[in-house]
Amino acid sequence: MNTLFNKRKERLSLFQKLFTKDKQAESKTSHDLTPLMCPNCQNAISQVDFQAYLSVCPSCDHHFPLGAQERIFQIVDEKSFKELYRMAKSNRINDFPEYHKKITKAQELTHLNEAVVTGIAQINGLPIALAIMDSRFIMGSMGQIVGEKITRLIEVADKKKYPLIIFTASGGARMQEGILSLFQMSKTASALARFDDHGGLYISVLTHPTTGGVSASFAMLGDIILAEPKALIGFAGRRVIEKTMNEQLPDEFQKSEFLLEKGFIDQIIARKDLKSTLSRLILMHRRST
Amino acid sequence: MTQKITAWQRVLNARKTDRPKALDLIPYIFDDFTELCGDRAYGDDKAIIAGLAFFEGHPVTVLAQSKGRNIEENMACHFGMAHPEGYRKAIRLAKQAEKFKRPIICIIDTAGAFPGKEAEERGQASAIAESLKVFSSLKTPIISFVLSEGGSGGALALSVADRLYMLENAIYSILSPEGFASILWKDESRAQEAAELMECTAFDLYNKGIIDKIIPEPSEGFAQNKAAVISAIKATIRQDLSILNPLKITTLLDLRYKKFRDIGVKI
Repeated sequence: MNTLFNKRKERLSLFQKLFTKDKQAESKTSHDLTPLMCPNCQNAISQVDFQAYLSVCPSCDHHFPLGAQERIFQIVDEKSFKELYRMAKSNRINDFPEYHKKITKAQELTHLNEAVVTGIAQINGLPIALAIMDSRFIMGSMGQIVGEKITRLIEVADKKKYPLIIFTASGGARMQEGILSLFQMSKTASALARFDDHGGLYISVLTHPTTGGVSASFAMLGDIILAEPKALIGFAGRRVIEKTMNEQLPDEFQKSEFLLEKGFIDQIIARKDLKSTLSRLILMHRRST
Repeated sequence: MTQKITAWQRVLNARKTDRPKALDLIPYIFDDFTELCGDRAYGDDKAIIAGLAFFEGHPVTVLAQSKGRNIEENMACHFGMAHPEGYRKAIRLAKQAEKFKRPIICIIDTAGAFPGKEAEERGQASAIAESLKVFSSLKTPIISFVLSEGGSGGALALSVADRLYMLENAIYSILSPEGFASILWKDESRAQEAAELMECTAFDLYNKGIIDKIIPEPSEGFAQNKAAVISAIKATIRQDLSILNPLKITTLLDLRYKKFRDIGVKI
């Protein structure tokens, strides 16, 4: 746990140095500075630019998927994030073949215990309840822990009267946990119905990818639904649809821009504008107490 | 509860072509079924047949997933796989039921929501999500029966109910055993193996506390003795309505919330 914490601290200090444009200090660190290649435009991106542009390609605006830690760092006020239910994990939940191994691998890769991080934080001084899914963790799939953490967070937001913000990134319900995963959809949706009934503000931010059981539950239930550019958002998988329809689907199918055109999301927001947009929207919903 | 036959055998039973469909049962469970059509926004989806009826003299709203009983019907209803307008019709009529204080009876029988281009364009995910949310707080009793196949989110959309039942040979799963095998082992032909692993039978769901009761099927088969199943379903509805109807709405909603809130592990 301590090494984890130190790693994160190191990483955050790197970010901070970058943001203060202290390039000299940054170059002295021992971090890997090999340029990245953008999978969209094939241009090289220096690590410095990559961090400074919030993991977005400066040439073509391709939004790279973000890990939960980076997302938190980009969105909330410094030191304001208090994680809730951090220790909840699925390790011993069932004996589905290879499942335990898969989880352990994901935990090592992401330094997270599950595919969602939940907590309370502040955005420009405004308190929020925040959940961030991480697609690196078994495709961000929703098992019982993910469903339970999100439900608990909704209940916290309800109790504290905080706005709720959920960043989705998921392939859907987690098949290793079978039918119990499926019913996390109704569980989270029921909690949102109560929150809604009590006048709570819920903003969902759809990031790449948001599909299956997550898109067909809490992702699509925001009072306001935002999305990052060119994120894959849909219910059924592309290959399944192509097989059913026996036709090739256009590239833009199930992308954020497609959903905006069809009327299913409110706005597409570039990563650099997310924090300011969220804080503005929250201000517009302040409840008079 | 334990089961005597394999999960795969249940899957085969649930999919038997002669197995009665919702439309075969509705005239025997209810009187004067009067169909109501359309979602008032796009169209009418025959994969979900909806309407009003009397149940032993009391008006109810019926929402039934319909697979069709012959090729013509199969085509018209896409083999029971609903489009967004189907779910939106169900939502519309569920709200209407709430307004007129009518209980809702759902019959679930679908391989899943339709996975198609148009279904995506018209917001399949959004329609299912909305259905889950609306049903969870609807101020009227809801009773749901999984008749044969409960496929994924498409079935879940009509499962948020005060009572959820499965017929003895019904299955309910996160995706089809074929899909499961194809993702897990890249081999659809291992569906049988997948079925055993998936815990998708009525007994599995009962043991996990998801469903309230298993509706037994006669030993000679559902198709061979439809009347026995119909009478079991009627007895169940009769008893439930006598319990649910007198409940205060806040109690009804609290119990429903708890029912779905408590599924899965706690932290």
